[in-house]
Amino acid sequence: MLECVPEGPVEHTIGKINPAKTCQPLGAMYAALGIHGCLPHSHGSQGCCAYHRMHLTRHFRDQVLASSSSFTEGASVFGGAANLKTSIKNIFEIYNPEIIAIHTTCLSETIGDDLPTIIKQSEIPEGKRVIHTNTPSYYGSHITGFSNMVKSMVSYLAEANEPVKKNQVNILPGFVNPGDMREIRRIVNDLGVSMIMLPDTTNVLDAPQTNRYVLYPEGGTTVDEIIDTGNSKLTLALGSFASEAAGAMLLEKCNVPCISLHTPIGLKATDDFIMALKENFGVDVPKSLTIERGQVVDTLIDIHFHYQGKKVAIFGDPDIVIPLTEFVLAMGMIPKYVLTGTPGSRFEKEINEMLEQYQIEGSIVKAEGDLFELHQWIKQEPVDLLLGTTYGKYIARAEDIPLVRVGFPILDRAVHPLMPITGYRGCLRLIEMISNTLLERRDRDATDEDYELVL
Amino acid sequence: MAINNEVLEEILLPYPDKVKKNRIKHIVRVNHEESCQQIEANTRTIPGIISQRGCAYAGCKGVVVGPIKNMVTITHGPVGCGYYSWGTRRNKARADDKTPPEKIYSAMCFITDMQEPDIVFGGEKKLAKMIDEVVEMFHPPAINICATCPIGLIGDDLGAVAKAASERHGIPVLSYNCEGYKGVSQSAGHHIANNILMERVIGSGDGVKKPDEYVINILGEYNIGGDSWEIERILHDIGYTVQGVLTGDSSYEEIQNLHIANLNLVMCHRSINYIAEMMEEKYGIPWLKINFIGIEATKKSLRDIALVTGNESFIRKTEEVIAREEARILPAIEQYRKICTGKTAFAFVGGSRSHHYQHLLKDLGMEVVVAGYEFAHRDDYEGRQVIPTIKTDADSKNIPDLDITPDPELYQEAHVHLNLSKEKYDEICNKVQLGYYEGMYPDMHSGNLMIDDCNHYEAERLVQELKPDLFFAGVRDKYIAQKMGIPAKQLHSYDYSGPYAGFNGAINFARDVAHALTTPAWKFITPPWEKGTQTGENHA
Repeated sequence: MLECVPEGPVEHTIGKINPAKTCQPLGAMYAALGIHGCLPHSHGSQGCCAYHRMHLTRHFRDQVLASSSSFTEGASVFGGAANLKTSIKNIFEIYNPEIIAIHTTCLSETIGDDLPTIIKQSEIPEGKRVIHTNTPSYYGSHITGFSNMVKSMVSYLAEANEPVKKNQVNILPGFVNPGDMREIRRIVNDLGVSMIMLPDTTNVLDAPQTNRYVLYPEGGTTVDEIIDTGNSKLTLALGSFASEAAGAMLLEKCNVPCISLHTPIGLKATDDFIMALKENFGVDVPKSLTIERGQVVDTLIDIHFHYQGKKVAIFGDPDIVIPLTEFVLAMGMIPKYVLTGTPGSRFEKEINEMLEQYQIEGSIVKAEGDLFELHQWIKQEPVDLLLGTTYGKYIARAEDIPLVRVGFPILDRAVHPLMPITGYRGCLRLIEMISNTLLERRDRDATDEDYELVL
Repeated sequence: MAINNEVLEEILLPYPDKVKKNRIKHIVRVNHEESCQQIEANTRTIPGIISQRGCAYAGCKGVVVGPIKNMVTITHGPVGCGYYSWGTRRNKARADDKTPPEKIYSAMCFITDMQEPDIVFGGEKKLAKMIDEVVEMFHPPAINICATCPIGLIGDDLGAVAKAASERHGIPVLSYNCEGYKGVSQSAGHHIANNILMERVIGSGDGVKKPDEYVINILGEYNIGGDSWEIERILHDIGYTVQGVLTGDSSYEEIQNLHIANLNLVMCHRSINYIAEMMEEKYGIPWLKINFIGIEATKKSLRDIALVTGNESFIRKTEEVIAREEARILPAIEQYRKICTGKTAFAFVGGSRSHHYQHLLKDLGMEVVVAGYEFAHRDDYEGRQVIPTIKTDADSKNIPDLDITPDPELYQEAHVHLNLSKEKYDEICNKVQLGYYEGMYPDMHSGNLMIDDCNHYEAERLVQELKPDLFFAGVRDKYIAQKMGIPAKQLHSYDYSGPYAGFNGAINFARDVAHALTTPAWKFITPPWEKGTQTGENHA
């Protein structure tokens, strides 16, 4: 596998080889699916929409519906206004959504279509809504696109229309699986805090089989709830890359203060999340959560020798990789290489601070990197474990290193979108996956005399 | 279980007038009593409609040129297009005596990852630099450069960058202006790729045919799930030499030497018929439409090929191989056929498979009651005789037809390529139609539907009306059908199984379809506490 990859060192200074990111519109489409009754719309040629739907469907193994402006050469030359107006008319008549969430593509961005004006000139039925966000594929990544779409939801819809703030929290979960959103909601519910999650893809992309098909599944944040985010007392933006922009917009537009936290992956990030809710809402942490936490610490102490001191390469989206690195450090492992495809110097800064705190030297941390680079580093000095998306499987096979699949996308294993890696239960799941994978490898490689019953 | 016109009318009712007027022309209720039923195809997708179609880039890079295993294919554009077409089409490739493993780039993804300044100031320098680095690192025998939407808009001259790079590095660098907005679907991209491969690659090799070999190319076979390996296994057993497959598991050198063949076989008519036709014009090599999906279809294809060779030994060997394979697979398939027989299906895929798979499903006793292509042309439905009557429009005109003239040295009459006397050739042509495809229409029963560019709404409504037992489509539609209670199989990626072609493929397919129909979970949908209540339904 990958015999073509040079042993190095190489000069790879331009473009991406085996990218660790994709383009903005995909993230915008995923975010829009987290609005109830929403049809995401891709303003570009139909291939973009086809690719994004396929990619999301492969990860979630559930329906992903979205429409396209289906540009042809003519629209690309003369502008896409007519295509978008026709789209809006057709969508409301045929698919009757509550709301259309439009995102742009590199095509419509390059020709400079003015979406607010086109939307204003479109026929929008009474009571229905059309929102948009700009997602040029040549800037940022799919995480930027997700962030932009959530920010647009706020800027279009959120209103501070109550005289006093309600005793409720806005949770911006970021680009995580519905299983994680479900777990985050459970923790907030257990704490007894009233919440609005934005967006919320539970019961959309993890919908049950009932034989009763609906175009718009039960889940998703309703438009009324999005409006009401302006009346909340506090926003918790989980994951700065995906959520901070919307949090800042809620502050600016509706005067809702925002606390930016890590996505609650791992012990410390989950502790911080719970403490933020406890301190701002004056709630007691229920015994059930204290027990869950204690179970995590108990497990970490019990089986640290399965993984402590092992070198790991972590790659994926920044809001997942940052707290995952934090947890891996808490497990006593050594994050040798930490990489995201999404640009942003903050990624490197945060990870390097963590490494410093644990006095780990000689690691490589990089934002806006690609998996070819990661492979080159591994060829120079190997690691014991890969922690990241499905795209790591080629390196895993080429270098015979086990891979634990975490993050987006996971295209070759199922059930992941339903199972959380967030919260204390997520900690247990991560420990189990990492520990089992390393032990499978130990068993595989053991000679008969070293093959043991109890480990 | 045919659909009547009133129901069809009712399905189209919610459409705005313009949409209805458009879509009605893409839907044909097959009636073999009527003459010349016409379907509209290869026209623009209606904006706002949830279509199954992709773009020209997907057709060019994703389908045709991406699978060439020893070429580095660089996508010039922002990160998405190259990323989505990385490893997702299941074109299998492996090393062989001509292509060592270190020259196989199939698991890699190369993108210039254009940023905002590149859009503003142009991306030519970035592309040129990336080619230089890639050559330095990977030493590929040849390079493809595929354009994405912004390239044509900002005016990057791919041809010039490719030419300069080719001169710098002394290897072929091919560029494809397959911007996603070109044409109306993937189909435009197929045509663009066909043109470049014909102009630049085919015929440029110095391969020669050994005198005792009967050389065949398989055009429009992409080795998804290993299909082409199964087809080649059978052809080798009969005694043919397969020179090249376009483009499944193919190498640049194989494509360079396609012109040494006696005969071209065409599997996917839509994506490759241009090259088949152009090779006939340039070299005189005849082509035969075949279909290796289905036991009967495979048998017919093998017999047609043997007949075209006019060679008694091939004809005899073909019958031996068929007898041997049938004796092996028919008993194995019987257990699955029992489960499948009498069932109905919908098929919405590509530009050939919705037809090809009807043969395999028929072998299993199933009937396709609604079928349609995503990006086909009228000839894929109605047969090639309609080609002269198809009007070109603004979208199709943008992809030029190459001006091909007979090669002064290599052109020979078809019968010479086939090692036949003119008389024998004429006699064979009366039995097997060379250079022809009859389309899907003759294989559809009266009362069944052909739908071009079927969209989500139509598919959903037709499932409600006709309640098929199985739904064959791509990944985007699979889970929609399943949420409606209809088992669905992906016919683009075979749900990661395969091969489905040839004799072994028929067993794999029969097993997978039987499993989809019988997986026990379908019986557990209604919780016991809802059984017998109004809301509860029991699929089983």
